[in-house]
This record gives sequence, structure tokens and C-alpha cells, in this order.
Amino acid sequence: MNWDQILEFSLRSALGSDAIVYAMAAIGLNVHFGYTGLLNFGQAGFMAVGGYGLAATVTTFGLSFWIAIPIGILAAIVFALLLGAPTLRLRADYLAIVTIAAAEIIRIVVGSVSLQEWFGGRDGLQEFNDSFTAINPYSSSVDLVVFTLRPNDAWVFTVGWISVALACLLVWALMRSPWGRVLKSIREDEEAVRSLGKNVYGYKMQALVLGGVLGGIAGFLVALDQAAINPENFSTDVTFFAYTVLILGGAARVLGPVVGAIMFWFLISLLGNFFTQATAGPEPLISPAIMDGTQASLVRFIAAGLGLVLLIIFRPQGIFGDKREIALDAR
Amino acid sequence: MRKLLIALVWSLVGGLLGIGALAAAGPAAADGGSGGEELTINAKLIDTTGGKSAPVPGVDIVVTDAGGKQVGTATSGDDGVASVPVPQGGEYTVTIDAETLPEGTFLTDPDRIKATVNVLGFDATVQFPIGPDTRDIETWVDRLPDLLLSGIKFGLLIALAALGLSMVYGTTGLTNFAHGELVTLGAIITYTLNDSAGLPVLWAGLLAVVIMAGVGVVQDLGFWRPLRNRGTGNIALMIVSIGVGLFLRNVFQYLFGDDTRAYDQYTDQGPLDLPLVEPTPKDLFIISIAITVLVVVSLLLARTRLGKATRAVADNPALAASSGINVAQVITVVWVAGTALAGLSGVLLGVDQQVEYQMGFKILLLVFAGVTLGGLGTIWGAMVGSLIVGMMIEVSTLVVPAELKYVGALVLLILILLVRPQGILGRRERVG
Repeated sequence: MNWDQILEFSLRSALGSDAIVYAMAAIGLNVHFGYTGLLNFGQAGFMAVGGYGLAATVTTFGLSFWIAIPIGILAAIVFALLLGAPTLRLRADYLAIVTIAAAEIIRIVVGSVSLQEWFGGRDGLQEFNDSFTAINPYSSSVDLVVFTLRPNDAWVFTVGWISVALACLLVWALMRSPWGRVLKSIREDEEAVRSLGKNVYGYKMQALVLGGVLGGIAGFLVALDQAAINPENFSTDVTFFAYTVLILGGAARVLGPVVGAIMFWFLISLLGNFFTQATAGPEPLISPAIMDGTQASLVRFIAAGLGLVLLIIFRPQGIFGDKREIALDAR
Repeated sequence: MRKLLIALVWSLVGGLLGIGALAAAGPAAADGGSGGEELTINAKLIDTTGGKSAPVPGVDIVVTDAGGKQVGTATSGDDGVASVPVPQGGEYTVTIDAETLPEGTFLTDPDRIKATVNVLGFDATVQFPIGPDTRDIETWVDRLPDLLLSGIKFGLLIALAALGLSMVYGTTGLTNFAHGELVTLGAIITYTLNDSAGLPVLWAGLLAVVIMAGVGVVQDLGFWRPLRNRGTGNIALMIVSIGVGLFLRNVFQYLFGDDTRAYDQYTDQGPLDLPLVEPTPKDLFIISIAITVLVVVSLLLARTRLGKATRAVADNPALAASSGINVAQVITVVWVAGTALAGLSGVLLGVDQQVEYQMGFKILLLVFAGVTLGGLGTIWGAMVGSLIVGMMIEVSTLVVPAELKYVGALVLLILILLVRPQGILGRRERVG
């Protein structure tokens, strides 16, 4: 058992692109669910729209990467408006079903053979980030004591954490503004807000757009990190993991998603690497009859599911949250 | 009713055996690989006029290599085959001399007198179809009855799962995102009993449904009821169900692997030639079982005391409790019935398609679409909505590519919520 290596891999996952992407996606969800009480189960759809918006603009339509960024954001905004118009008047459980369905529609459509010439089918899209790597200031690997980052990873790492920091700053500023207080009061009692003459539907829509754009940026980060994009990056489980991250860190807290993402990926990666090592080699720690290498990679997801269940039941406020602020009762 | 069902099942099984025997005849003849250096290109000339396949003798063919050099010529014999030996593997072009075709015969595609063949260490065969083009160009009118039938079948499978989902929602308010895993579990139990214990699919499936009913009891008494008693909110429960689904899906993959497997019966069935439609025997088997079960469950809900109590709880739990109905007991019954029905849906889905660890998760959103379309929490609505969703999915393949057929159902789900959020049979109430 090589503990140094396990620790190195786990820290790399907890501080690297996995955590960055999920922190960003969960910050978006935090605006939806944590602050406004909107149960958006389609965050993977927002990520797909953003990521594919970026990749398709460059690869399929041959436009510049720098035009593709605003186009990807615009795509996320349009998706939010389309999705929000019919659903934001509905009860929370309906919203959940519709958003998850919309995210699946996006995933099926971008992965379809019929639209392969635009979205690349199952293989997805590549070769869209030349302009991004061209301005990479790192020319050699960066040594971060516990692990080293290759130049491209270091660049994604830098841009990713700066984006996450800016997103946190934005959410922090907005949520202490009068606008943010309206969102929080919608979460607490929609009728009361309506009776004060506020346009609840409009506020919900603005929250959906803001969180959706942050989700779209998470999609950019997926695309930049892999230098490629495919439909499997945006499965329903991505949304579920983002919820786990959010609830673990603490919903309705600015830094909740960030801490949640770091902890989630540290634990997931720790479990994954531990069981992979425990089942590898000629004399594995765990008998192959009980667990083989493929099964070892599943233990972490089993644990993630179990973790989500236990969290919601026993500590719905996560690490930092306040139980009174979590919208867990249907109204 | 049960006797009728058993008789039906046995007659179908008898039918299957007969068809299996027929299917065993007529295996495809494989090209025999000849010795190392001696390779042959066989040109096959078959006249398909009038639906027969008569060999055409006396037709000349010429084989040239990739460089255009003639390798050999041959004339087809009484078996309609013209063979030309070639020195080594590689690409060759076979040209047919259309002039030498017997009087009254012609190539199906007159422009296709050349065929390129790649010889890779085996004898290669190239076919020249002769006679009028008899392939059926299916119009949408021809396809519609078959699509409707498979839509009904798929809709019934969705309905079996949807009934449980809708009843659980109606009585407890839980939107169960782990319901798809119950479908998968039914199929996996059946597969295990069929594959490892060697039970016939029929008995394995029956036993699986019984086991699933037990899972329903355990699930409610051991998990959901304590959570309800704790006062956990509905949204919290919904997120809990997501965690449960995630957990179960990965446990299934852990135990079952990620490959797709079939039961050992009813796999390769030829279609029956009925007027209008061409179902396989198992299609009829699935449809009749599903309809029977849905009718029986509907009758139970409509006529029995417990059924009425269930509908009363679904309508208004507080009012039901105050009129003396044991709500907790009714909810347990609903979980048992709902889980068993979801299991049955999985058993039949396994017969229809194959067994795979996320088969239930893949149809979960369609189940939601059916339930929402009919009206979340209503019992008749779940059935009607599911049938519509199933038929729409299949019939939509007339216009959209098959790979996108689920998209139509999901778009319908969103549109319904826009126009009539309470669903077709739902009662008007504020849902937003």
C-alpha cells in the first residue's frame, strides 16, 4: 500500500480540475437551491450548453475562441430562459423533473448521430482551445510540493481557481444586496414576498439565469481541462454529485460549494485510489473473489450515494450551513 | 382469471417451442477457408424473380487485380457460382458480362456490373442480384400498426412502473428518484434466478415479483417510514431518494457488471405473420401479462376496501386519517404493491430487451413523463399517461431518427407542464 501516492492523487483531485469544475457547478446550484430554493436538477444541462457552446463555436463554425466564450454564456442564458419560462411557476418537485428532463434532452441531442456534423456525436468535439493554450504563461511544469502540474494543467488550475474566486466574490456581493435578500425571502416564503409586491417569477428567473451561467462556466472548465468535450461529461450523475458537493459544504453559504468540492473529491479520490491499490498486483489486499479492479472503482460512487443519503438525513446543513436556511420542505 | 392467464402463458410457451424449431433450420453457410496459397473468388448469380432464388448458369465474369491486370475468367455453373482462383490476398474487381445473361433475366441494378472484393486469406464471395427489385419499400402506413403495437407494449411497461411511482407520490408526497432502480432490481433478480439457479424465466419472474414485494415491505418499514416519522421534508426525501438511487445503481454495477445480458429463454424469436402487425410471441406475452396485471390492480383499487382507502389517502391523507383509515398501513401496502409492480416491469423489460444495471434508470424519466402527463398522484392518469408516452415514443420514429425518440417524450413532458400542469386527469389545483 503506497500511502504517499494515494495522498498525492487525492490532493491532486481535491485541489485540481475535478474540484474546480464541481465547485463552479455547485456555486451555480447554490444560487438556485441554496439561496432561492429552486430545485434545479439539470445543472449538467447548463454545463453541457456552456461547454458545447464554446467548443462548437470554435470547432464547427470556425470562429475565434474569444467570441466563443460570450457565445457559450449566451447559450446558457437562453437555456435558462427557455427552461424557466414554463417551469418557474411550478412546485419544487415538478421543477426537479422538468430540469432533469431538459438536461437529458441536451445530452441526447448533442450525442446524436443526426447532429454529428455539429456536435461530433459520441466522440464529441476537440481542438477548440488553441487560443487558450497559446497564452499559457507557464512554460515548464509547476511543482506544488505534494504534486506537480504540467504546464497546461497549471494554466487550467490558475484560470479555474481565479474563476471560482471571482464567482464566490460575485455571489457574496449579490447575496448581501437587497436583491439577494429578496431571493432568500422567496426561499423562505414565496407568498409573503409576493404580497409585498415583488415579482417573484422575475426574481426566480434572474436567479436561474445567474446560476445557469455559472454552470455554463463550469462547462467551459470541463472543456478546457480535457481539451475535448463529449456527452458523457454531462450525465445526470454530474448534477447529483454537484448536489452532494453543495450539501456537504453547506448550502446558502458563499464558500460552502468550494469547501464541499475539495472535501468531496479528496474523499472520493482517497477511496478510489485505496481500493484500486488494494485490488491491484499479484497478491492484492482484498481477494479478487470479493472485489476486482473494476469493482474497486465503483466503491467510491457507492460511498457517494450513501454519503448523500446520510448527509441529508443527519446533517442537511453540511459543514458550514445553518439548518434553518436549507429549503427542504415542500411548500 | 388466473387459470386463463396460466393457459395463455402455456399456449405461448408452446408457440415459442414451435417457432424455435423452425428457426433452427436454414443456417447461413460459411465460406470455407481453403489452404494457404490457393484462394478463390466466387461470384454468385441468383435470380430472385418471383420471390424464388434460382441459380443462373452460363454467365461470364472477369476478375482483375488492383492494377487492372486480368487474373482470370469463369462461367457460372449450374449452381450459379463462377469461381476464379487468385494468386494471393488483396483487392480485386469482379466484372460481370451482362451480355451473357440468359434471355429474360437482367441485373437488379443494371449499373452495378463491377464489384470490388477484398480477399484476406479466405475465399471471398460476391453477389450479383438478378431479377426485379423485390425489396419492400415500407411506407409509413405499413409501419404504423407495428409501431403502435410496440408503443403499446412499451407504454404498458412504463405504466407498470408508473403506477407505483404515482401511488407512492399520492400517498406520501415523495417523488422517488430511486424508482428506476426497483425496475432494474426486478430484472436482475430474475436474471440471477434464471441463470444461476436455473429456473425457467416464467418461474424466476414470478418469484422475483414476490421477492420485490418483500423488498417493498423492508423499504417502507426499514427506511421510508422512520424518515417520515422524523418529519423529514418532502424535498429532503427527494434528495435522499437520489442518493439511494446512486447507491443502488453502483451496487448493481458492482454485483452484476456493466455488460448487457439476456435471460436464457425467449431471446431469438421470429415475428408472427398476423394481419397488419408482425409481433414476436414474446411481445404478445408481455402485452397480455401487463394488461392483465393492470386491470387486476385497477379493479382492486376501485372495488376493495383497501383500494378505496388507498385512493382516499392519495386524495387527502389528513382527511383519510380522521375518517379512521390507518394511513401508515395503507402507505406500506402502497410501497409493497408499487415495488412489486416496478419489479414486474423490470422482469418484462428484461424479456423485451435485455438486463443491464441501469435499465430502470434509463426509463425513469419516461416514467416521470407518463406520470406527469396523466397527473402526478392520480392512479388512472399514470396508466393513461404512460400509454400515451409509450406510443408517442415509438410512433415518433416515423419522423425523427430512432436515437432521438426519447427526446420527443421529454419535450412533451415540458409542454404538458406549460399548458396543463395538473396533467390530463389531474385535478386543477395550484402547483406553482
